[in-house]
Amino acid sequence: MSQKPIELILTRQLASYLATPVFIVDPDGTLVFYNEPAERILGTRFDETGAMPASEWSTIFVPTDERGGALEPAELPLMVALRERRPAHGTLWIHALDSVPRHIEATAFPLIGQTRELLGAVAIFWEAPG
Amino acid sequence: MKVQLWGTRGSLASPGPETARYGGNTACVEVRGTDGTVLVLDAGTGIRALGAMLAPSVRCVHVLLTHLHMDHIQGLGFFAPLFSADVEVHLWGPTTRTLDLRGQLARYLSPPLFPVHLRDVSLVLHDLPAEPFAVGELTVTAARVCHPGPTVGYRIVSPAGVVVYLPDHEPALGVARFPQAAEWTSGWALARDADLLIHDAQYSREEYADHVGWGHSTIEHAIAFAALARVKRLVTFHHDPSHDDDDVECLTLAATRTAAPPFPVKAGAEGDAFEI
Repeated sequence: MSQKPIELILTRQLASYLATPVFIVDPDGTLVFYNEPAERILGTRFDETGAMPASEWSTIFVPTDERGGALEPAELPLMVALRERRPAHGTLWIHALDSVPRHIEATAFPLIGQTRELLGAVAIFWEAPG
Repeated sequence: MKVQLWGTRGSLASPGPETARYGGNTACVEVRGTDGTVLVLDAGTGIRALGAMLAPSVRCVHVLLTHLHMDHIQGLGFFAPLFSADVEVHLWGPTTRTLDLRGQLARYLSPPLFPVHLRDVSLVLHDLPAEPFAVGELTVTAARVCHPGPTVGYRIVSPAGVVVYLPDHEPALGVARFPQAAEWTSGWALARDADLLIHDAQYSREEYADHVGWGHSTIEHAIAFAALARVKRLVTFHHDPSHDDDDVECLTLAATRTAAPPFPVKAGAEGDAFEI
């Protein structure tokens, strides 16, 4: 077991204090934490799912675009931020694990350390109107 | 490996009769390898006495700074080997994206804050590498830890064992019930299984409530962190300047009795020496 980078630790601690839903992934795209406000939108607690690889979290919520078309994992703002190391924004529908469809907006940005290493990415999201 | 404490106080030097037992000098720790390697951890006011006591046979000293807050660098300008042609002094420290170590140090070691300019002293500067590096028989690992500004802790490995130095550290920041999982705890990878951990223990539990985010730990946090890291011995450090000797002793004793850790806990005092 290895320790998470300090930047990821502090990001998680910040997220745990925010009312804004937050997702945090590591450089591999593994979802390493989401906070309590995010749990309400996703319909499940982090303690229940634990860390999830990108292949799982990017599909388990069945993300679709505004027209109802399936969204490829690579198109999700968080994956764009991670891959291209830049902020990304998007609006999408998800099917939460409590079976409730939710319309969300998400803004993601990469976490890049002082020595330019990619440490992961963060997404904030909220329920969009409609 | 021999470890000696030359300054155990945090934030501000606090000399006087009420602090004579644990000392009033700010952070400075000497580490000596069996091959004669000399490491000095931080350059608080305690480094002045260390420099005066160094044997003439010492021709090379490596000073490792955890960060550049004043209580950790204030003694540097009074470190005698800096002004000796017979001693090579190497200085290691964390950098930022915008300023290298020289640039950061020059803010202090230059007029008007100090009459001597950094460029006028004989010093070999090193920006800390991300990977472990060797100094004589000692292997040094630096890693960033939870404290305001670029701050590292050090893990020093010798054939005899491991000493870890985390003088300014707030691993409990933002953690409702400390500690959480080890992998999510600042400093854990550095400290795990250390023979000797020297750790920030500035505040009492009551004081910490008004100092959350200042970058320091309570004595209880230090003990809990040490337990999480499964260290073999804990020396508490960075005593608050407002704590007299009785405060340091009583607070440490009380916290240790309550926590009942499976390792000895000692409040670090100037002059304390440990053999690893």
